[in-house]
Order: sequence, then structure tokens, then C-alpha cells
Amino acid sequence: MVVPSLKLQDLIEEIRGAKTQAQEREVIQKECAHIRASFRDGDPVHRHRQLAKLLYVHMLGYPAHFGQMECLKLIASSRFTDKRVGYLGAMLLLDERHDAHLLITNSIKNDLSQGIQPVQGLALCTLSTMGSAEMCRDLAPEVEKLLLQPSPYVRKKAILTAVHMIRKVPELSSVFLPPCAQLLHERHHGILLGTITLITELCERSPAALRHFRKVVPQLVHILRTLVTMGYSTEHSISGVSDPFLQVQILRLLRILGRNHEESSETMNDLLAQVATNTDTSRNAGNAVLFETVLTIMDIRSAAGLRVLAVNILGRFLLNSDRNIRYVALTSLLRLVQSDHSAVQRHRPTVVECLRETDASLSRRALELSLALVNSSNVRAMMQELQAFLESCPPDLRADCASGILLAAERFAPTKRWHIDTILHVLTTAGTHVRDDAVANLTQLIGGAQELHAYSVRRLYNALAEDISQQPLVQVAAWCIGEYGDLLLAGNCEEIEPLQVDEEEVLALLEKVLQSHMSLPATRGYALTALMKLSTRLCGDNNRIRQVVSIYGSCLDVELQQRAVEYDTLFRKYDHMRAAILEKMPLVERDGPQADEEAKESKEAAQLSEAAPVPTEPQASQLLDLLDLLDGASGDVQHPPHLDPSPGGALVHLLDLPCVPPPPAPIPDLKVFEREGVQLNLSFIRPPENPALLLITITATNFSEGDVTHFICQAAVPKLFRILNPNKAPLRLKLRLTYDHFHQSVQEIFEVNNLPVESWQ
Amino acid sequence: MIKFFLMVNKQGQTRLSKYYEHADINKRTLLETEVIKSCLSRSNEQCSFIEYKDFKLIYRQYAALFIVVGVNDTENEMAIYEFIHNFVEVLDEYFSRVSELDIMFNLDKVHIILDEMVLNGCIVETNRARILAPLLILDKMSES
Repeated sequence: MVVPSLKLQDLIEEIRGAKTQAQEREVIQKECAHIRASFRDGDPVHRHRQLAKLLYVHMLGYPAHFGQMECLKLIASSRFTDKRVGYLGAMLLLDERHDAHLLITNSIKNDLSQGIQPVQGLALCTLSTMGSAEMCRDLAPEVEKLLLQPSPYVRKKAILTAVHMIRKVPELSSVFLPPCAQLLHERHHGILLGTITLITELCERSPAALRHFRKVVPQLVHILRTLVTMGYSTEHSISGVSDPFLQVQILRLLRILGRNHEESSETMNDLLAQVATNTDTSRNAGNAVLFETVLTIMDIRSAAGLRVLAVNILGRFLLNSDRNIRYVALTSLLRLVQSDHSAVQRHRPTVVECLRETDASLSRRALELSLALVNSSNVRAMMQELQAFLESCPPDLRADCASGILLAAERFAPTKRWHIDTILHVLTTAGTHVRDDAVANLTQLIGGAQELHAYSVRRLYNALAEDISQQPLVQVAAWCIGEYGDLLLAGNCEEIEPLQVDEEEVLALLEKVLQSHMSLPATRGYALTALMKLSTRLCGDNNRIRQVVSIYGSCLDVELQQRAVEYDTLFRKYDHMRAAILEKMPLVERDGPQADEEAKESKEAAQLSEAAPVPTEPQASQLLDLLDLLDGASGDVQHPPHLDPSPGGALVHLLDLPCVPPPPAPIPDLKVFEREGVQLNLSFIRPPENPALLLITITATNFSEGDVTHFICQAAVPKLFRILNPNKAPLRLKLRLTYDHFHQSVQEIFEVNNLPVESWQ
Repeated sequence: MIKFFLMVNKQGQTRLSKYYEHADINKRTLLETEVIKSCLSRSNEQCSFIEYKDFKLIYRQYAALFIVVGVNDTENEMAIYEFIHNFVEVLDEYFSRVSELDIMFNLDKVHIILDEMVLNGCIVETNRARILAPLLILDKMSES
């Protein structure tokens, strides 16, 4: 039974008539079954109709791969309608990942050489969209011949096909380079447009081509000038601007040619000024050309006056009411801010205005630009604006805004107090969106500002009392209260109004943090440690604290449990040491440039209670400040003069050895000290991503039964090894140990000379 | 370089789609739904350029139809904005006051027009008379 096949229009009607998705699917599946049957039967007359329907269905998103072979048959037929649908199908259905596409190479070759223009046009169109590398290589000679044909219809298409071929097979650039110069002399805009694109593509791919084409700059300038000064011509003008598309392309090519090249840039200067001043900016087309001109001026080596003109044009764009124009202006200003900072600063007020836009694209651009414009003179005003923005901005911009504000505050803070205030404000408004190291930075900042301890702890306490859900804020507040609890309770601080804070309130608050289900485990850790520290700072008795600590000794979280048990032990067995251990922390140094690492001392299992300097605070994890010379803290001595630590004495930097060629072989460990069961080992690692760096880890082990207490290890290297080891001299290390063992005070100083050879080569 | 050219109506039905870079069919439908969602959520006063993954989208609304063009970073957005309008003017001239139905039922002709204007992601011809010339000849031939 032969059912007359539906025409495409009828099919579309039917699909439109379907009320639900399921109905539509039904209709389409039925039709696809017909189409498949018809393809199997090989009906040549209606094939094109079937394929057209298949393509429509494909556009709606249904699979249509069984039509691929039909495309081939249709292309090979001699009727134009067949060829038309066949080529369209090839463009839409075939692609280079399926082998079937190579089969049309032959058909395309025939069509291209036969000289029937529409057919050639079709073939070129399809070739340029889905031609793979092999096809391009095969068909390159055909396309080249077509480049020089008299008919512009085919030529313009051939040129753009050449562009595609060059993208796929870069070696073909040599084939297509010679005709370009000649093509530039054409008057036909389609050909010119294509040629300019071709030249742009060639120049982007090879510097040799770039040099070659610098010769044509005068000609390009001439073409552009005629375009601009030509009167109103109906052929190509759009809203009064003659062929803006060609103008934009030429400007882009000029930009590429003039970059970093004085001579070409000079040739272009006059022309660019002329275009910039003469273009009619009342319509979008003119603005498009102007925008491209500005970009070009900025990129080439233009005269200073021209640059100022460009920035002013951008400023005018910013004030335009059309949002599109403001968007492009903001984007280009962002590109400019690195090179012409002062010029862009003049437009700062307008940029800040744009922050208040409701449009998401605009406000994102305005945010980036505002952050780039912050400098030491306008930091306070800008910060106010940015903080206001942070409160009202959409959630996807919050993280960027918060980190931007924090970075800017870090670079340009006028006073420490302002800095602390700013960070505090960011944490309260957008606490969940800040980066992880914000907590570390803030604690370090507060720690360093001695005079502001009372102020910060007071403010943090107030903030914490209001809201314990923002984790970074809670962490910082807990740390501060722990450290400076005594200042909080003393109650006198000139900068904010006096507040009587009760000991019990403070403890209650910290307990609330501990118990809240909103607190992360890390936050709980902070709170527990803070409670412990308060046990030495507060004058009341410590029963409440001891209770809390012992409760958490059976907590399910392993980290908290370990801490609680240790603290409990501290209360019970080592009460005399509690004050010393829980003293105020010394200032932690920031992590310097990546080249430095320090010797880490590994902690023992719980039996030994060494005077471990710092319980595991996350921010100190990078910077275990063991080797800080705690002046008199442990009751130990001044360092003997012949130990020459690095100046300042705070940290000893281990070495950054010059680049060692790969691969890094593992370096054997070295035992450097042994006495009565106490042993010290050095192990060396080179991190694979940075082979010039050497990490030395000192491991101290106690094999004896006696306790080792008050263990301190200091390492130093002679000054000349501090940064580099240019002479590849043998590495030397001096170690100094002091500890109590078997109730005797032991002090050892020795030099390590026999470091394995691989460590310093 | 133009990556894709879409005409989608307000209900999310694609009326024309042309991709200048190969994309899988399921990725295409996903792309089209996401694109139309971001365009629909913008009001009239907002700007016509959106950043979407690594493309820039430039869209214009004509009655119930959205024309969306996705480009990569090197293109001038405002020129493409102008180009969309140019395309619609060509369609207008050919179909005499084009409507969405015209586009639906004459999809092959619209493809021909688009192919005349854009080749491999680059704009090749913007002159209305020249674009429509081959199409008018084709029509005359099929009538006779």
C-alpha cells in the first residue's frame, strides 16, 4: 500500500497540531518510520521531501542519523532541488567524526569543477561548514582556482572556504597567501569582506604572514578612508553608515597589523582620528564602528592625544542611556585600566554609578572595574560603595565581591583599625562566601595590632552575641575571645562605649557555639581551645570549663575528643604547666614567597607531653612557629653568639636550591643525633612540582622510658645559604637542642656536615 | 567567529538553528533551553549581551521570537547586534512583513538566506539585493 508521503508543510501543521509532548513524539515517530521505509525502498522522486522532513525533525531534537546516506545520494543527483536539500542535510547531519563524510568529497569535487554557479555556491558552503582536514587537502586546488574566477558570487564564498581550510590545515596558508594582495584591489564589498577575514586569519596564524601583510596597510587605510568619506550610498549603508561590517573588519585587521609596530601605527593615526570624529553616533551601527576604533587605538602604538581621545569616547559611552553601549564601554575600560590607569580614574564616579544597575551583566563588569580602580587615595570612598553593593548584590557575585574587597583592603588599608572594621563588616554581611584564608588573615592582622586588641575583641564579642551562624566570623571571634578574654572582661576601651561583660556570659556564649548544630567541626575546635585559654585568663574558678572539657572527652568527633582529652589531662596532671602553655600567642608570620619552608617537628603520641608550642590551630598549620625565639618564655637561654640565625631571628628559612634537573631521586634519611635514647633524624623530600625546593623534616624520637620535657629544637644555616646556593657548596646545618630528660637539663649544639650529597647538588 | 545562530520563540520552541561548530544533539537541546531561559529572564531595559560559559550571547527580540547569536571573544558585539537586525530586514523584504509562521513553513528558504549571509561563522554579505538575487532566480525557475 502506497501512502502518499506528506509534504513538509503538512508535517509541520501536524506537529503544530499536537497538544502535548507525547503526542508530538508520536506523530514524529510515525513519520520517521515512513521516512525510513521510503529510504529503504529507494524512491528517488520524493527523496528530497523525505530528507527535508527529516531535517526539520532533527532541528526539533530527534535523532536523524539514518538520513546520512540519503544526503549522499541526493548530492550526487543532477536536480538542483535534490542537491540543495542534500547539501543542507550534509551540513546538518554529517560531521568529521563519522567516516561517511569522506564520501561526499568526490561529489563536491565534481560540482566545483562544473562551473554552474549556484551549485558551486552550495558545495562551497557545505565544505566550509563541515570540511575535515582530509577533505580540505583534497579540494584545496579546486578552491584556489575558484578564487580567481570572474564571478563575485562564487569568489566571495571561495575566499571564506579558504579561511576554513586554513583553520583545519595550517599548511595550506602558503597556497592561499599569494592571491590575497590581488583580491584587495577588488571593489566588490563581499569579496573585500572575505579577503580581510582571510588576511586576518593568516596573520593570526603565522608571524611571517604578518610581516608580509604589513605592506598592505596603506591600501587598507585607503579603502577605509573611501568608505568613511563616501557620501550616502544606498548599496551598503546601514543607518547612514556605509558598510559598517566592512569597516569593523578593516579596523580589526589594522589592529593586528599595527600592534607593536611603529611604522604601521603611524600610517594609521590620522585615519583613526578621522573615523573617530566623523562617525555618526546616533545609531547603533555608528557606535559599533566607534567601539572597534577605540579598541584599535588602544592596541597599537598610537599617539598620546589619540589615546586620550579614545578614553574620552569610552567615557561618553558610559553616560549613554543605552545599556548595550555602557556594557561595551565597561568591558573596554577594564582592558585599559592596566595601561592607562590615570585616564580611567577620571571616570570613576560613573563606574560607581553603574554598580547600582539592576542588570546582571552590567553590575558584574562594573564590579570588576571598580575593584581595579581602587587605589590608596580613594580607598575609603570606594570601600563604602562596594560594601553597600555587597549587601544588595545577587548571590553569584557575592563571592567575587567579598574576596575583591578583602584584597583591596589588604593592599590599601589606611589604618589597621579601618582594616579590621572592613573585614568584620564583610564577614557579617557575606560570611559564607569568603575564602578560607580570610580567617587566617584576620587573626594574623588582629594579632599584629597590639593597640587594637581590646577594640577588636569587644566588637567581635558583640557580633558573635548577635549571630553565631556565619562560620568564619565565629571562628575569628572565638579565637580572639580566647586570646584576649582578659581585655574583654576588663571592660575599658576608649573607642567604643564601655560594656560590662560578665565571665559567665562569655563562657555561656562559647558553650552555645560548641553546642550549636550550625557550627562546623573546625569552629567547635576553635571554641574548645578558646575555653581552655580562658581558664588562665579569667580569675574565677575553672569548674565550669573543666566540666565542659570533660563532657567533650567522649564526643563522637575524633578531633574534638582528642583535644578534650588532652585538655583534661592538662587540668589534672599538668596543672602547673597550664599557664605556660596557654599563654598569649606570639605573632605568627605570614607565609612568605613560596620558596620557603621550615623544619617541622613532628608531634609525639599522647604519652610524651613535650612543651608543644601550639595546639592545632588551622592558621598555624603552615607556620608552626617552633623556631621563634620565645624570649624567655620557657625559661631558656639566650642563644650563644656563634649560632648565626637569619636576621630578625624569627624564622629560619630553609634553602631554595637552584633548579635541579629532573628526576629527583629519593634522598636517604640521616640520623644526626643520639643520646640516651633520644634520637634526631633528618629526612629530605623534594616536592615534585617544585624540584628546586628542598623540604627537610626533623623527627625527634624518644626511645627511653623517661619523659622528655621542655623540648626545643632550633636550626640555623650560615648566611650564605639563606636564599640560594649558587656555588653548590656542601650544605651545613647547625642544630641546637635543649630538653629535660631523666630530670636533667640537657643542652646540645652540633653541626651537621654530612648531609647526603643529593640534597645540595 | 559566530558559533551558532538560533531563532527560538517564547515557549522555547526552536524555529531555526545553525551551528558553525559541531555539537552533539543532546548538548544542542540543552544549550537551546538554557539560552532561552537566560534571555527570557531579562527585562527590556537590560543590555542585550550575556556571558554564557565561554561564549558571548547577543540577542534581540522581535515580537515573540528571540534571535540569539553565540560568538567567541574576538567578535565586536555591537556589530553582531546590527547584523541580526540586518538579517531580519532581509527576511522582511523577501517575505513581505515576515512573521513567525513564514519562518516555520519556509525553513529551507530561510536557511538559504542565512547561508548567503554567513559562511563558516564569518559574515560574508550584507547587501539585501545581492543576498536575495539567487533566491529570486530559484523561485522563478521553480515556477516556470
